[in-house]
Amino acid sequence: MLKPKKIQLLDDTALKQLPMPSRRLFMQRALSLGGLSLLSGCALSDEESVEHALMKVSQFNDRVQAWLFDPERMAPTYAEAMMTRPFPFNAYYGREDIPEVDAEEYRLEISGLVADKHAWTLEELYKLPQTSQVTRLICVEGWSAIGKWGGVTFSTFLKHIGADLSAKYVGFKCEDDYFTSIDMATALHAQTLLAFTYDGQTLPPEYGYPLRLRMPTKLGYKNPKHITAIFVSNTNPGGYWEDQGYNWFGGC
Amino acid sequence: MNNRAAIVHPAWLRLTHWINACAVVLLVLSGWRIYNASPIFAFTFPVQITLGGWLGGALLWHFFAMWVLIGNGVAYLALNIFTGRIKRKFFPLHFKDILADTLAALKGKLSHADLSVYNAPQKLAYLFIVLDVVLLVVSGLVIWKSVQFPLLRELMGGFDMARVVHFVAMAALLGVLAVHLVMVALLPRTLLLMLRGR
Repeated sequence: MLKPKKIQLLDDTALKQLPMPSRRLFMQRALSLGGLSLLSGCALSDEESVEHALMKVSQFNDRVQAWLFDPERMAPTYAEAMMTRPFPFNAYYGREDIPEVDAEEYRLEISGLVADKHAWTLEELYKLPQTSQVTRLICVEGWSAIGKWGGVTFSTFLKHIGADLSAKYVGFKCEDDYFTSIDMATALHAQTLLAFTYDGQTLPPEYGYPLRLRMPTKLGYKNPKHITAIFVSNTNPGGYWEDQGYNWFGGC
Repeated sequence: MNNRAAIVHPAWLRLTHWINACAVVLLVLSGWRIYNASPIFAFTFPVQITLGGWLGGALLWHFFAMWVLIGNGVAYLALNIFTGRIKRKFFPLHFKDILADTLAALKGKLSHADLSVYNAPQKLAYLFIVLDVVLLVVSGLVIWKSVQFPLLRELMGGFDMARVVHFVAMAALLGVLAVHLVMVALLPRTLLLMLRGR
């Protein structure tokens, strides 16, 4: 359950620009009790129940974070001069596997607890009122970088499609088979953007063309790129990393 | 009771001491694995001595042991304050005593006849551990929830700086712990005291 499916790669050239880079690959290993076995001097036979208990604590931490989350509290914003250049590329695959999305054929599918389920073309999306913000993206690995994203405030979009705003979750499916989900409170936060642009330009492929979610109130892995489908649900849809052991709420 | 030595460490103190020791070991070992994912200095920890197997596993351990440390720490502080132990055992604490006792210890002349009384460097070391753990919790909170705790974030000098504070506080804790373990090895009777209370 907690085995990483693929190694998460960080782009080397971008990382070398970071002040505190991680140049090490994730160890492709299961959640191991190796360290604990060393301590106790014996191998624990019941590794699965320990994993289960740790996941229960992680779910408790989801609830604590939902309680701590203040919808009115804004993440810090920065001057454009403070942007991290180049902004690091980060995905569960290497740069060579960045998906290519055809603008003409692209459709954003909408499903679940929403009134208007018509699929959106890029042209339609670009007509929505746009805003931009310079915020810090914090990666679960510990590094952080400041970038400028532009697009439509996600709450505006949700209201536009007649989403049930009392539903619990919003889920995302992506062109690169990544998937994740967020709580409705964060979906409605004023700084949660459905972003089409990076640094004033059309979102480049490595940052999630044509469409990504950008939330300065959540860790990087909660910010899906290349979104192809959005759905509203009362059942927790989980996520690519979350199902392997990363904390589901992933809030900052 | 009359022919047995008096209790030096009450049961609640021994219990909170050992729970804290376990939590700290889990936090340090999983913390090293988390550090390795994005090192802030020019080194990483050997994976073999870290806990969690991968970043996700290390985070699960870290956020489990965090609750143990906090719950246990609150109980330790509350009992210390309400029983008056903290005042009785740690104060008064004078700079000249720290100096004099440290010098005496280095010359091998510090008396350990009465282990129910802490000497001055001992008081300082234990108070330092308490304050250092508080700093670890606060800087850890900033790393975990930097948006939700803006005041603490600014106090730590921002998100990135909070990671440095968290690391340095860990290193300082291990430094004091190393001295603590050497002292216990030199006076093994103190280990018995922390196990049996007398």
